[in-house]
Amino acid sequence: MKSALHAEWTKLRTVPGTGWLLLVVVVLTVGLSWLATSAVHFQAREPQDQVKISLVGVQAGQAVVAVLGVLIITGEYSSGMIRSTLAAIPRRWPMLAAKATVLTGMVLLAGTVAVLGSLMLARLTLPSNGFTANNGFTVLSLTDPQTLRATAGSILYLALIGLLSLGMATLIRDTAVAVGVVLGLLYLFPILIQVVGDPDWKRRLEQIAPTNAGLGIQSTVDLQSLAISPWMGMGVLAAWATTAMVAAAVMLRWRDA
Amino acid sequence: MTATAYRSEIVVTEAGFAQLVRSEWTKFRTVRGWVIGLLLAAVLTVLLGFTVLGGPTPCGAATDCVVVGPNGEAVVDRFVFVQQELTGDGSITARVSSLTGRIPDFDAPEGADPVAGRTRPGVVPWAKAGVIIKESGTQGSPYAAVMLTGGHGVRMQDNFTNDVAGAQIPSTEPHWLRLTRAGDTVTGYESTDGRTWIPVGTAQLTGNPATVHAGMFVASPEYEVTTQQVGGTNSIGDQSQATAAFDNVDLEGGASGGEWTVLGIDGEDSSGSDQSGEAGGNGPDRNVAAAPAVQQFVESDGTFTMTGSGDIAPAVAGPGGNTIERGLVGVFAGLVAILVVSTSFVTAEFRRGLIRTTFIASPRRGRVLAAKAVVLGTATFVVGLVSALIAVVVITQLRRSAGGIVLPVSLLTEVRVVVGTAALLALAAVFALAVGTILRRSAAALTVTILLTVLPYLLAVASVLPADPAQWLLRITPAAGFAVTQSTPEYAQVDTAYLPSIGFFPLAPWAGFAVLCIWTALALGLANVALQRRDA
Repeated sequence: MKSALHAEWTKLRTVPGTGWLLLVVVVLTVGLSWLATSAVHFQAREPQDQVKISLVGVQAGQAVVAVLGVLIITGEYSSGMIRSTLAAIPRRWPMLAAKATVLTGMVLLAGTVAVLGSLMLARLTLPSNGFTANNGFTVLSLTDPQTLRATAGSILYLALIGLLSLGMATLIRDTAVAVGVVLGLLYLFPILIQVVGDPDWKRRLEQIAPTNAGLGIQSTVDLQSLAISPWMGMGVLAAWATTAMVAAAVMLRWRDA
Repeated sequence: MTATAYRSEIVVTEAGFAQLVRSEWTKFRTVRGWVIGLLLAAVLTVLLGFTVLGGPTPCGAATDCVVVGPNGEAVVDRFVFVQQELTGDGSITARVSSLTGRIPDFDAPEGADPVAGRTRPGVVPWAKAGVIIKESGTQGSPYAAVMLTGGHGVRMQDNFTNDVAGAQIPSTEPHWLRLTRAGDTVTGYESTDGRTWIPVGTAQLTGNPATVHAGMFVASPEYEVTTQQVGGTNSIGDQSQATAAFDNVDLEGGASGGEWTVLGIDGEDSSGSDQSGEAGGNGPDRNVAAAPAVQQFVESDGTFTMTGSGDIAPAVAGPGGNTIERGLVGVFAGLVAILVVSTSFVTAEFRRGLIRTTFIASPRRGRVLAAKAVVLGTATFVVGLVSALIAVVVITQLRRSAGGIVLPVSLLTEVRVVVGTAALLALAAVFALAVGTILRRSAAALTVTILLTVLPYLLAVASVLPADPAQWLLRITPAAGFAVTQSTPEYAQVDTAYLPSIGFFPLAPWAGFAVLCIWTALALGLANVALQRRDA
């Protein structure tokens, strides 16, 4: 297992795209968060969730995390490298586990930088937009348990999105189709939920959609209005990721590479 | 005996553009995955549209509970109307001596008195008081009116959508108003003193019966505050109220000299329910009980004092999405499938080295790109046209028959929405093709195109971002092209929140589409340069 990990780490480290993708994760996340926090203004009448606003960039950053998760496996299929990999590590599950571990490590690293970066920028921009003590807001701080939960949860969210993508991509094997399916899964649910007619179905979709359920972890205000509680929602996303990974492991064993 | 070397009789010429298109079409249709991808796009577009069915059914068993104006659009037609019959030519004159009102106070403390404590004095900008000539007491019948408004001065309006500005005077200033009817033409006048009359505008009420209703009216539309915030759109609204006093009332011509009577235009008596007010209002899902249009009417010494709510205006789309384009939600899934096919259409050639063969067969690379664009654009346009047509026509029909409200639009608008959606998909496909040519890698190209088309729409429309940045995204990103699906326009004479989350794009339909065209043209240009400069 150790040699498998080392091999995967070497591959990921030496592929020229990895560093760029991780950088793009950080830039997109921080950039969109900054856009949102600098555009939002305090409104007396509505309960505003400053933590959620500060972390909104995760919605964009997750796309690049997904691409990273897809490429780590489909890149090998398209170049035929997968055959060399499996010749070196004939046991397929350790190979997949090694990939998952290396990927998760990378995503956790980039995710931490991205999420903490977003939060730090928000600390600077939000007070000038009316999110002040006078209006009942405290300065964003990780000592607040709710904020800590939202921050750590967002990093965990990105890691789970990476695993979900890796699992789906192992099943699909084709880069373009896998990216399409994963990004479709992430972005189409929220659009669909916006228009679905039946309110019961709307709620049910909010409970099972990976993005909607998973990003509930960012909410710190008005938690009763969530279709599913923050950690339960994270559990739903974890279930998606686990299902994808288990299916991937089974199919990896069954199919020829 | 001399042997001549064999020379092929085939004349070597460069393939024409038609042959290039044919070869690209052959490539496209023989890759099974791409054809399946396009079919999947069509199926997803249609099937996901069905998810909008269900939900509130405000029309109940009634098949058509939306009040429709003379031009075919949905309208709000609820107001206090003190009138007499007018036969043939004539005129109605009155002086609006005061226009006051009450608007809801959303900052009122909990438990405040529901009438006095929850409202404050004030006139909403589009509260209207003036004189009107209306064909009949039926909601949605043709009319022409000249009026003093709460915040927009004197206006001449007719048949719900036409609005002409007169003098910009404050609503507190008394003002004389007059309408004259000559045949089908109604002319509106205003005056500060009742002697010098300035024309405001004219209206053609073609095909009016000889006898119409003429009189004074007052209406005050719902007052609402809507904001798009991170994570949701908040909307609160309630009825407002206006009180107008009229004096120097004079009806000339026809059968004048009769009694002034109140004709409450509120649909109460027509269907036995007051759906019309809500339906028109600003969306059927706003839980505002429609206040009766007529709340008070007093006449003494030639002064008429009338109090009422309601509006005479076109209906605008509400947050529940009571528009035909709601059935097009599946287009996003279809779009993702089309983007996958489009990027692969070129990146697969780079990956497999087929691009070298292609360029040997046709050394002019720009023409290869053009041929690919033609094939891809045409194929996706056809697929988009069929699926958008089914999604719009069938789903709108199903929603209406289930008792839901879908604002009616003209045939031309419906055609624009369907054809626009198909064109949008075709352009997005060509855009993805160009990006794929530039980046050469499917993962990068696909991610870039999805992040530029689907994500901005999601961020703007699903209320992930506040209204301002949301509107900017829909102005400058390729997602601006989705504006072409907006079926109901914004009206200057209706105050409501025209926000992305409610379905209003910051750009006009074709302007938004033009933004996507510019992106596609730029990407194609860059792709062409990249093809010429780089080795294949």
